Amino acid sequence: MIPFDFEYYRPDSISQAVDLFMSLTRQAKKPMYYGGGTEIISMARANNIYTGGVIDIKGIPECNKFGYEGTDLVIGAATTLTKISDSNLFPMLGITVARIADHTIQGKITLGGNITGTIMYREASLPLLIADCRLSIAGPGGTREALLSQVFDRRIRLEEGEFITHFIIDSHITSLPFFHRKATKIDKIDYPLITVVALKKDNRILVGFSGLCDFPFRSLEMEDSLNQPGISKKDRIQNAMAYIPAPIVEDIHGSAMYRRFVLENILSDALEL
Amino acid sequence: MIQIRDISTIELDINGEKRKVTVRAADTLLHTLREQLGLTGAKAGCENGDCGACTVLVDGWPIKSCLMLAVEAVGHSVTTIEGLKNAPTQKAFFENWGFQCGYCTSGFIMNCHALATIHPGADDDTIADWLQSNICRCTSYEEIANAVKQVLKKDI
Amino acid sequence: MKIVGKTVPRKEGLDKVTGAAKYNDDIREPVAIVVADTEYQAQQAAYLINVEYEPLPVVRTPSQAIEEGAPLIHENLGHYGKEIDDVYPVPGTNIADHTKIRKGNMDKGWEESDVVVEGEYFMPKSDHIAMETRNVRVKIDPTGKVRVYSSTQSPHAIKAELALAFNLDEGDIIVTAPLVGGGFGGKAPVNLEFIAYIASRAVGGRLVRLANTREEDIATSPTKIGIEAKIKLGATKDGILKAAELRYLVDAGAYSDTAPRMAKTMASNGTGPYNIENVWCDSICLYTNNTYSTSFRGFGNIAHTFCMERTLDKLAKALNMSPFELRLKNAIGPGHTSATQVKITRSSVGDLEKCLHRLNELIDMERSLRVEEAKDKIIAKGMSCFWKTSASNTDAISGAILTFNKDGSINLICGVMEIGSGVKTGLAQILAERMNMEVDKIHVQMEVNTESSPKHWKTVASMSTFMAGRAVLAAADDAIRQLKDIGAMVMRVDPSQLEVGGQKVYMKSDPDNYVQFKDIVHGFKHQGGGNAVGGQIIGKGTYIMENLTILDLDTGKGRMGPAWTVGVQAVEVEYNTKEHTYKLLKAATVLDAGRVINPQAAKGVVMGGMSMGLSLGSREAFIYGRDGGILNSSLRTYKVMRFGEHPDYLVEFIETPAQNGPYGARGFGEHGILGMPAALANALSRATGLELDQVPINPELIWKMKTEALS
Ligand code: FES
Ligand code: FES
Repeated sequence: MIPFDFEYYRPDSISQAVDLFMSLTRQAKKPMYYGGGTEIISMARANNIYTGGVIDIKGIPECNKFGYEGTDLVIGAATTLTKISDSNLFPMLGITVARIADHTIQGKITLGGNITGTIMYREASLPLLIADCRLSIAGPGGTREALLSQVFDRRIRLEEGEFITHFIIDSHITSLPFFHRKATKIDKIDYPLITVVALKKDNRILVGFSGLCDFPFRSLEMEDSLNQPGISKKDRIQNAMAYIPAPIVEDIHGSAMYRRFVLENILSDALEL
Repeated sequence: MIQIRDISTIELDINGEKRKVTVRAADTLLHTLREQLGLTGAKAGCENGDCGACTVLVDGWPIKSCLMLAVEAVGHSVTTIEGLKNAPTQKAFFENWGFQCGYCTSGFIMNCHALATIHPGADDDTIADWLQSNICRCTSYEEIANAVKQVLKKDI
Repeated sequence: MKIVGKTVPRKEGLDKVTGAAKYNDDIREPVAIVVADTEYQAQQAAYLINVEYEPLPVVRTPSQAIEEGAPLIHENLGHYGKEIDDVYPVPGTNIADHTKIRKGNMDKGWEESDVVVEGEYFMPKSDHIAMETRNVRVKIDPTGKVRVYSSTQSPHAIKAELALAFNLDEGDIIVTAPLVGGGFGGKAPVNLEFIAYIASRAVGGRLVRLANTREEDIATSPTKIGIEAKIKLGATKDGILKAAELRYLVDAGAYSDTAPRMAKTMASNGTGPYNIENVWCDSICLYTNNTYSTSFRGFGNIAHTFCMERTLDKLAKALNMSPFELRLKNAIGPGHTSATQVKITRSSVGDLEKCLHRLNELIDMERSLRVEEAKDKIIAKGMSCFWKTSASNTDAISGAILTFNKDGSINLICGVMEIGSGVKTGLAQILAERMNMEVDKIHVQMEVNTESSPKHWKTVASMSTFMAGRAVLAAADDAIRQLKDIGAMVMRVDPSQLEVGGQKVYMKSDPDNYVQFKDIVHGFKHQGGGNAVGGQIIGKGTYIMENLTILDLDTGKGRMGPAWTVGVQAVEVEYNTKEHTYKLLKAATVLDAGRVINPQAAKGVVMGGMSMGLSLGSREAFIYGRDGGILNSSLRTYKVMRFGEHPDYLVEFIETPAQNGPYGARGFGEHGILGMPAALANALSRATGLELDQVPINPELIWKMKTEALS
């Protein structure tokens, strides 16, 4: 039971959505763009967030794109995780999102929602980060395109009133060899202790991490260490661990020391790629 | 554009019937089904998306109705367990003792019904993947697994 | 909208509701009630209430609670004036009760022992997680009748406790209880009903609905006990147990409820189903600031089973004996006595040896207990015996009423709740058996109503089939006598010449000569004149627990339950030596059911218990933050087993009748859970080479202990 009221809009176009956002903002309604809504509903129920108006982007055509446009794979922000994993158009992403929450909820969570959410894992961002994904962003100033890495620093950082309409992935990435491992405390259905997604491109291993720090990330320093030629796998892993960009998470799912242990094991497998 | 501002009346397609209901935008589909429409087959076990007791079908796919706003369902068809009439899944759960207290059962049945419809040839991994969305505290799951297998052998 | 609660004094003594705990710093205690027309309005209003707490020292564990100088949870302990029967709190301490077992001669026991092993154990508090959270509706009619609708295992207890707490006449309280969405003991205590009553009273008796959210259900409603224990066992070099010294500290939380009884159970059953002549046990129930404990499937027997069975494995290792052989050698049987000095008979205890042999056929517990299957992969097995008897009040009662429909079918009415075990189906089967008729001609009242359903103590303790079954048999006999009487009048023979079967009363000597139920159950109307005889048939039957006694304060001598149910379980795991993860491969149970009433139901309820036991062993525990709050109060963070994580289940029954059970049946609704944490810990200890003496056992715990062992 959500203890406060809000207005609900399901616009049919980008411009309608942006106009709504601006007018609700003027009315001090703290509007939110709404994708699958799973996080908004559960956070609202716990009174952890407030909004006076949600703008459901599921009616906007651009947000529902899904397929090839030329050599680009285009995935609308309102695409559900189930659709992505079932289609197998981008296996690395498909396998990653098939381990977020559970199967039923994957039919509700959207790609845009997972990546822009506030829960610290946001695992769908890992494959997109290492795939050098581009975004199409709509907002009061019109639409623009950006590299995910440009607007992603621990989380997606957009301007006021902006939202992602779709993701654009260079299609040749989708067939490269990859690695995915999600380790949990014990249950399969759980937040990750650590999720690692890795991709082998031009003989180099690219890696994204979730659950290790309290934000998902890709670290070029860690990648450099992991790819350093001429030294043992063990040393490469140890060197990479020195570049973990923030304190390792210590919480009810596992201690920081244990996460280190799990990470070492996973990286050791990932480097077999 | 679909919109509701205040407490408003919307039309939902539930079990093949058009039903008018008065909701807040913040009302979940689960709440609306149970409290407004008297369809109490979907249960609240957590209202947080964790247990699956509230599972219904939206356009044939399982959805946790506690994580969907009622107004989001406008323009889609919703099926609750009350809309299943003698479905093979129901029979299979009955025959295989796939329940004890029965509280999780409608959610399991809806999920399993969708699985059998969408993936009639589902392998064990797919079955597990789907059914891990629901919690049963009474049974050992083996009974439920048997029920699912019985259904998948048959045509839906 | 009203905020109520302050002006209503809570009755002292019923310490589950009074808030008498001084250290009320707990965010987990209801402090105010908001009544509103809709749930969201009530929520909005509740957010407007600011409660200021003054943090006081927190007592978190029973070992802290028992320390000299520990903060007192109840300063007035012993002076509430309404202590529970047979519970002896110690004023000036946090001790809610202390049960002692003194059997035999300990000096002699240790002297005769060639090998002595010891262990310390811990099981945390955890939650029931019934899928239906606790909820209740209460209204008060203008005439003063209080109508309670509750998801409960104890409708009749609600009536009694509300009457006591609010000075009401029991007859003015009507509790209606439909099907229950899981209980596992958690819905046995009266909890939300008190609050809902106060709330309804505050709004002029209007219907008030109070339902826990999952988070509230986990964090504020009563939970499973936690324990800390120390066990010492002595045995001869041939593996004959000679002495057992057991010390249990039981975490009652802030209020007593049933924790003292569970502590008593742990003392009385604490040896497990083994013959030990010399036993010394102290089972001490302690108040802490944790959410209060109540009955949980197994009623304390999971805890002593875990401690004892882990210690037995250590002993087997020290003796270089197979865990199977050690258990077989010491299995309890006729001629032995229990720790509370009850003489054991075949009827009272069943046949553990048979169970052991059958289990050994399902999972070989003498060979290949630990196999290195591949690099990084070990397959290992562990086992555990268990036993349990009920620990009801010595005067617990049950009853059944049979009425008949015009078509000759029967309505079975009793106060047992259907909480998932299929108990009411079993009762119908017992009735059908005695009436010698089709079970589908028996209609069972599923919804219990205290106004019309005869009192059944509580749907707990795996005693419902046993107690209500006996009442049903008595009711059947009563109805049969009446049926024969009318039959005799109609057929003009002596009742002794008649038999009942197939919904007919017939001549023993000539079954073709009969009168049908449908023609006599509402009186028999003679052809022609239409004058009638007989009247309506109503069968009644009652049962009261027989020969139970409270335990002697100094020695623990006494009989807590009517019969034990024994059994044995085993678990097979696959352990990954590199990652310290594991998979559950197989889990087996063989138990002596006395008589299986409904095999499918029996198997289901045992497997369900096993699943829950594996869940306890592998993942369930409250995690407390620094301020004492529970950090995992949602199903996203409090994990239970899910589909696909389950092992293959093997369940079989031995049938050694209990002479006092209906058709020889013993209770076993809870028993599937009892040895699972122990068997799992034994398997994983064997696999890892560690002594895993606490649950839940997750990969991090194994990793941590491995790491510590290396350094
Ligand atoms: S009530 Fe919706 S998932 Fe639990
Ligand atoms: S049958 Fe009770 S929760 Fe599944």
